[in-house]
Parts: sequence; C-alpha cells; structure tokens
Amino acid sequence: MALLEVKELTKSFGGLVAVNGLDFQLHEGEILGMIGPNGAGKTTVFNLISGIYPPDRGEIKLNGRSIIGLKPHQITEMGIARTFQTIRLFPNLTALENVMAGLHCRTKAGLWGALLRTKAQREEEKFIREKARYYLKLMALEEHEMVLAKNLPYGLQRRLEIARALATSPRILMLDEPAAGLNEQETSELMETISQIRDSGITVLLIEHDMKVVMGISDRIIVLDNGIKIAEGTPEEVQNNPRVIEAYLGKEEE
Amino acid sequence: MEAWLSYLRNLDKRIWYVLLLLFALAFPWFIQSNYWISVAVVFGIWAILGLSLNIIVGYAGLFQLGHAAFWAVGAYTTAILNTRYGIPILVCMPISAVIAAIFAILISRPILHLRGDYLCIVTIGFGEIVRLFLFNDPFGITGGINGIRGIDRPSFFGITINTPLSYYYYVLFFLLITLVAMQRLENSRLGRAWTYVREDETAAETMGIDTVRVKMLAFAIGAAWAGVAGNIYASRYTVIAPETFSFWNSVVMFCIVVLGGTGSIPGIFVGTIGMVVLPELLRELPLLTQAFLGLLRAPLGALGGFGAVEQKLMMISKSIADNIPMWRMLIFGAAMVAMMIFRPEGLWPHWRYRLELRREEEAAPASVGTAGH
Repeated sequence: MALLEVKELTKSFGGLVAVNGLDFQLHEGEILGMIGPNGAGKTTVFNLISGIYPPDRGEIKLNGRSIIGLKPHQITEMGIARTFQTIRLFPNLTALENVMAGLHCRTKAGLWGALLRTKAQREEEKFIREKARYYLKLMALEEHEMVLAKNLPYGLQRRLEIARALATSPRILMLDEPAAGLNEQETSELMETISQIRDSGITVLLIEHDMKVVMGISDRIIVLDNGIKIAEGTPEEVQNNPRVIEAYLGKEEE
Repeated sequence: MEAWLSYLRNLDKRIWYVLLLLFALAFPWFIQSNYWISVAVVFGIWAILGLSLNIIVGYAGLFQLGHAAFWAVGAYTTAILNTRYGIPILVCMPISAVIAAIFAILISRPILHLRGDYLCIVTIGFGEIVRLFLFNDPFGITGGINGIRGIDRPSFFGITINTPLSYYYYVLFFLLITLVAMQRLENSRLGRAWTYVREDETAAETMGIDTVRVKMLAFAIGAAWAGVAGNIYASRYTVIAPETFSFWNSVVMFCIVVLGGTGSIPGIFVGTIGMVVLPELLRELPLLTQAFLGLLRAPLGALGGFGAVEQKLMMISKSIADNIPMWRMLIFGAAMVAMMIFRPEGLWPHWRYRLELRREEEAAPASVGTAGH
C-alpha cells in the first residue's frame, strides 16, 4: 500500500482549474519529483495535501486514512511536513526559535505547566532546545542559532526551513523548490542532504525546476501540465516522453 | 533618550527587579499620604488590566478594544455572588476569573478567524453589549444604572483589607503574581506559539500549531486576568456601576499596551503611568507647584520680587489642573498620533516588536534562546 495516495484530486480557483483529476501514489522511502511548467499546479497540490485549501473533489489518503477536511496543523501532526516556495520562516525569530516551532506538535506543556514551571515542563523545555539544536546541526546551521532568520543568507534560510520541517518528525517531507536561488555548490550540498533525509527513512515529495536536481535524486517523477498529470516514471522515461518535451518546449510545428 | 534607554535595558535585570521591589515595598513610608497610596492602588489595578490585555494584543497580536467587558464580568460576578450569597471576596476571585474566561471563549470562538480591524470592531461591539446589559439590567441582578453597592472587603485569617495601606500591599501582591505569570508565559511553549502566530499564522499552522486554539487561549487567559482585576476593583471600592466599564476605559487599556510598548512588561508600566497616573498628577498640579515653590522660597525669597512670579505660576498650574478633565481626551489623542508617527513601537518596547515594526537589521540579544534566564 502506498504511504500517500492521491485520487482524482481537483481544485479550481474561479474559472481556472489548477489541479484536474490528479492521481498519484507516494511510496514509502522514495523521492518523488514533481515537475511541470510554471502554473502547472504543483504548489496547489502541496497546499491541498497540507490542508491549506480544501479540494473541490478527490481523495488524499495517508496510510489508507483520508486526510481531507483536516486542518493543516492536524495534517502536520499526522506526519506530513513542508517547506514553502517563497521562504516562510518567522523572520524576527532566531534560527533556534524557528526550529523550536517544529517541535510544538511533538510536545505538550500548556498553560499550567508554563505558570507553575513544573518539573515536567522544565524538562520538556530542555528537550525542545536540545532537539532543535540537533536539527540545526543536521542542516549545518549550529553556528547560526542566535541569528535572526531574516538576517541569514538566502541559502541558509532554505536550509533552516528544511530543519524546521524536519523538527516536526515527519514521515513525508514536501519540499517546494528547495534549490531555487541557490548557487551550484549549495545545490549539490542540497542534493546530498535530500538523499540523506530519504536514507533516514523520510519519504520526500519534491517540486523542483532545476532539472539537474530532480533528475539526479528522484526515484520517480510525475509531470504536471495545466493541472493534469501528463507523465510518470523514472527520470529516464520522463526525459524521453514526447508529451513532456512538448509541455516544456512547445509543439514542433508551432 | 534612545541611548539612555538602552543603557538602562542592558543593566543586569535582576538588580532592577530587586531595586524596584524594594521601592514598591517602601513606597508608602516615604510618601506618607493616603491620597498617593490610593493613586498607587489605582495604578496597580490598571497595570494588572494592561498586563492582561497585553496577552491578547501583545503576545497573540489580536486587536481587542472591548477589554473592559471582561473586567466588568469579573467585577459583577464578584459583586453579585458576594452581596447576594455572601460568598467571601477571595473565594469569588477564581470564580470571576473562570466566568470571564468562559465569556471570552464563547465570544472569541466564532470571531477568531477574523483579522485585524474586523476582530477589533467585533470586540468593541461586545464591550458595548456587556455595558448596556449591565445598564438595562434585564434579569434584575446588576442593579441597573446604580450598580451594586455594599460589596465586602477581602479578608483572610481574620485580617480584613480595608485601609489604603493594606490595599496597597494587597494589590502589590497580585501585581507581583501577575508579573511572574507573564514572565513565565512569555518564555513558555505557549508563549512561543503566540509569537509564531503573530509572526506568520499560515507558517505556524503548517508547523503543527493549532492556531485557533492558541488564539482562543490568549483570549481566555487575558479575560481571566481582567476578571481578577475586576474582583480587586469591586472590593476596593465596594461599589460598582456600569459607567466604569465603558468603551473609553477599553481604549485606555488599549493605549496602555500600545503607548507603553506592545508585548513589553516594563512598557505596560510606563503606559499605565502615562495613561492613569499622569492625569492624576496634573490634577494635583497646584499642590505640586506649591510644594515646589515652598522649596524655592528660602533661597529665592532673599532676592525679593518673587511674589508676583509665584502668583502667576500658581494661577497657571491651577488653570491647567481645572482644564485637564476637559482636555484629557484631546491630549491622549494627540499623544497617540504623535507616537504612531515617531515611535510606533511604544515608549519601552520589547525588542522583537521593534524589529517587527521597524524592520531594523539587528542581531538578537544574547539572552534570547539560551536555556533558563
């Protein structure tokens, strides 16, 4: 059984059908790349899976359980984490505090814990900090823990977003154009990082425009165009698919 | 001003806490005036109200212009339970807090998805509904326009709090509890969740934070604390009436938070001094001028010709004092506008809010994010 199963997913905004009857499956332990021209509906798919928009039609199942209608925070709690195409860190918070946000749904101290500073609460706070530092270190950001997110260089902000998403202990990590704006060296480091994340047992769903990245690390690729899946397969299969070439380069006779 | 403030801020916080506490404890002895002790009690009650609103406006970033309603719910709960059923004031206190929190949850649940100005307008409406309810007294329990009188004084272990001096320490005690609670809330998992929601609600939600629940908790806790302030207020004056809980007083609370420095605990104190104590000081201006002139008389009297100046000064200060109630709103309005233009982050801001408002390129202070304090 697939870890994540998407069936006939449809979403339109006004007259524009952003995602149209999309079917795909995400298998445990793979990196699934999602590509397509601008406006193909890739980010909308992420927003539908993470519960930011409700779909018009269709089904999304995590481990056989429908997640339609759940709130974004419940979906994150069930194990689907994401990053954003336009970085959405908490700009005026430090790198450490940003990662601590990811640990919120895995911890539980509430009002009384805070007011009474119980032993359990203090230990949990310590746990949150240690765990957050662990994820910072994992993304090689440990030297920047006290830097405000907005003052970090762009490449590090991208990494911090991944660290924050990993801190939610996801089973599925959805990365929305993680290589956008990165230089060549940062990109190859990113590819290595994504592979390591996959090797640690987290399934990765990846939107990326940089073909070198997608083709280099994806186990399988699906191609979207105008909200419709036009191809699916291994990187080689997709690269040679005439419909894909057409979507990216236009028809030959035109 | 800026340099001076940052110098003060960088001094070891603990020294300041101890000095301030000693000052607060010794205040009645060197002031030696029941009038000023009573002003200090008013300051304390308003500071608690300001701190309670700060949870909603400052921490969670929700605009709330109806906070007097929760204060009213607390005060009336205490007054009704005490005068009708003879329940002791201190037993009424937690009940007031819980009832105010329940009201907050009931009204905030359907409106929390609103943002900014819309939420603000709904809270104004709620405040007016509560005030009119108290005024019209539909169930014959609120005493209508006359309010409720004959509320007991708080008493415990045979001690009754009934002098200005004992009230001073009573309020100081609850103010200190509030301060400790705020400090702890701010630096907790819940406090961080409020910060995340304030900074980017969508990002917070996708990071697994139940933003609706977290915002509702801010409303409930802020309201509960205002309910406690209502209990203290009711027993301090033994009489409560609807006009105390007017929209104007919600505005004063809002100004305390915003003028002082949103989200900043010292800012709330500065705001309370500006909004509540300063008008009181101005009203007493002739007295202060007289005292000031008395000090000057010895050295300046020898020069002669001082009497005319003295008379003039007394006249000016008297006319200011007489006109202050009339000009109060205009002065506050002008101060508000000036603040929003020149110092939108408030007089003593929390560093983070200054960043949010000014987008300055600054590193975080070293104390943030390290374990403990």
